Amino acid sequence: MHGFANPARFLRIARWATPLCLLLGVALAALSMGWGVFFGPADALQGDTVRIVYLHVPTAWLGMGGWSTIAIASFCEIVWRHPLAGMAARAAALPGAVFAAICLITGSIWGRPAWGTWWVWDGRLTSMLVLFFLYCGYMALDAAARGQGQGAGQGQSRMTALFGLVGAVNIPVIHYSVTWWNSLHQPPSITMGKSAMAAAFLWPLLVAVLGYSLIFGGVVLARMRTILADEQAEARLRRKAMRASSDAEGW
Amino acid sequence: MTESFDQWQFVIAAYALGGGATLALVVWSWLAMRRAEQRRDRSREG
Repeated sequence: MHGFANPARFLRIARWATPLCLLLGVALAALSMGWGVFFGPADALQGDTVRIVYLHVPTAWLGMGGWSTIAIASFCEIVWRHPLAGMAARAAALPGAVFAAICLITGSIWGRPAWGTWWVWDGRLTSMLVLFFLYCGYMALDAAARGQGQGAGQGQSRMTALFGLVGAVNIPVIHYSVTWWNSLHQPPSITMGKSAMAAAFLWPLLVAVLGYSLIFGGVVLARMRTILADEQAEARLRRKAMRASSDAEGW
Repeated sequence: MTESFDQWQFVIAAYALGGGATLALVVWSWLAMRRAEQRRDRSREG
């Protein structure tokens, strides 16, 4: 694991892994959605709105997966001082926030015909909304810390990393919210090794989860490469400016 | 009194918003990465 913390080695792998993840992810996501929306059956109770599941569930899982990535990467940065870990945390924030937002919006669209309301302040919906606000807070804190010159190189500041770790407390709250409190939201249909879903719904859903996971991985890699390239360009321009000013003083 | 819904309108709205946002995220991330790497390469040459 420590071997991959080298930026040169990371770039060698990321150069081919980024387009591969993005292309394969988009193809699998499109395939699963076409499969589920046009060829899958309607549900006996929910009717055609059940087809939103192929978009809602993968984005819900990855909204939580994004913050888990931030928390694990922040821990690695605090303990081992890996700059790539800090970069991974910063890169995971935007796709995590976008997926959390898509989950909230598609859930709301699903809720109107299924529950008769766009929104209820119950445990699952509220904790997911809190997760979206945590993402916004994390990105604002990171931008503010970098504006003040904190956060060495591509990494995040100590305060941002701690925020990423502490915010992870919301992940089990989201997961167990439907069992801890009365909720309009259904309990988990898929748990470790078990599924309450019929195979006609389960297979396209699993392909959608795989496709969206690859998209998430590809976007994180692309954003890590962006952060790395920006920092390298800035460092070169700073060196050039310093050389130019020292040459001018020498004259 | 009961409400009647065309459920497909909700399905189409969900996919238009969710799919569009996902595609926008992918394209924007890719273009931002290409721009940043071109800028780094230019700074190396100059």
